[in-house]
Amino acid sequence: MLKLRVIPCLDVKDGRVVKGVNFTSLRDAGDPVEQAALYDQAGADELTFLDITASSDNRDTILDVVHRTAQNVFLPLTVGGGIRTVQDMRRLLLAGADKCSINSAAISRPELISEAAEKFGSQCVVVAIDARQTGPGHWEVFSHGGRKPTGIDVLQWAKKVESLGAGELLLTSMDRDGTGEGFDLGLLKSVCNAIRLPVVASGGVGELQHFVEGAEAGATGLLAASIFHFGKFTIGEVKQALAAAGLPVRPLVQDKI
Amino acid sequence: MSLRVAVIDYQSGNLASAARGLELAAAHREIAVDVTITSHPEELKRADKIVLPGQGAFADCATGLSGVDGLKNALLERVAAGVPFLGICVGMQFMAERGLEHAVTPGFGWIRGEIAKMDVGSARLPHMGWNELSFEPGSHKLLDGLQPGAHAYFVHSYALTNGRQEEIIATTHYGSEVAAIVVKNNVAGTQFHVEKSQAVGLKILGNFLSWSP
Repeated sequence: MLKLRVIPCLDVKDGRVVKGVNFTSLRDAGDPVEQAALYDQAGADELTFLDITASSDNRDTILDVVHRTAQNVFLPLTVGGGIRTVQDMRRLLLAGADKCSINSAAISRPELISEAAEKFGSQCVVVAIDARQTGPGHWEVFSHGGRKPTGIDVLQWAKKVESLGAGELLLTSMDRDGTGEGFDLGLLKSVCNAIRLPVVASGGVGELQHFVEGAEAGATGLLAASIFHFGKFTIGEVKQALAAAGLPVRPLVQDKI
Repeated sequence: MSLRVAVIDYQSGNLASAARGLELAAAHREIAVDVTITSHPEELKRADKIVLPGQGAFADCATGLSGVDGLKNALLERVAAGVPFLGICVGMQFMAERGLEHAVTPGFGWIRGEIAKMDVGSARLPHMGWNELSFEPGSHKLLDGLQPGAHAYFVHSYALTNGRQEEIIATTHYGSEVAAIVVKNNVAGTQFHVEKSQAVGLKILGNFLSWSP
């Protein structure tokens, strides 16, 4: 049986891990390569790096982080943040990334999704959607790290992204991100019902029960950052909670090579 | 003398992890290896083992492979001469008779069957994530040290259909039974990503390196 994926996300700035509340007030939580290796041993099912480096001078720091991580970590590795072109994606894939997550660039030029899917295959192309609720049963897509409203309806965009050839959706609730109040389940259910792509839920996890709720809402991947970095829960505790709720998880005890 | 392993580069996906996985697996078994990522037919002719990774659509990958002069012929010649071959994901799918993704594209025809869109009912596609392997323990050298129920990482929407039972040595389940590892004579392939399947994958890579079909 296919297992749920528990995915720690490392926010990386200038080659260092940071994660804050609502995308501001960043705190330093260490070296990304070292953290990735720890998550690998702790039973993570995939890893995600979100590069939030602002200066274009430092954009290549992520390539080095990815390269060094891929030397010893044999888990699927997704990288997002600042990806504008197919060429950017190719450099990340060559450095050792398996999937590239695109957001603002796909909003301003949706053809990027189909170009990337044709060049690298759909499985490499994750589209990240930052959503904010604008009314009952209505969510709007925000770009540029969740700061800029686009006027685009989330469900319409999710369907379009699927038709353009994306392989996966990373859905973040900007209303919930960093709050610890749990996923926006209304958003998650609506999107999971609208498309057949795998959906990774993100934004708002604060308790173990939140992972269970996300999976029951239809997400097949569950992403979190702060609760792992600051040691509130381990990956093992998350998997135990999911298993206790009768949900399929990959067991922690892994064979040695 | 080091075992020369060629990882074929035809501009498809993440080759670095496959190469690095082979090196680590070899180190664990104290096998001296020289792993090369290459698109040169001459390198293939010197190789003791050949690995063909692959990501993306069958037809696009086939175009990529044919796009490098002499590469495909060198591969076919070496495999016909008995050099052990491992295909990963689309690299495994190439071993079948044909692919039906986008267009009908001929495969190598080393194993029976065709690569068709998976019938998964209401489940999501791609089949993405960790899934269990079912197999008869001890049925093949490539499975040495693995227990049925071991998890491997899959990402695909197309899979082998109409395969021959004796050429499928491990399966997984998603909607229906899915071929996970195929073997015939000196050629083998995994639908999942060995290079992304942690210790389970590295063990299979190690088994491949010690395999003398």
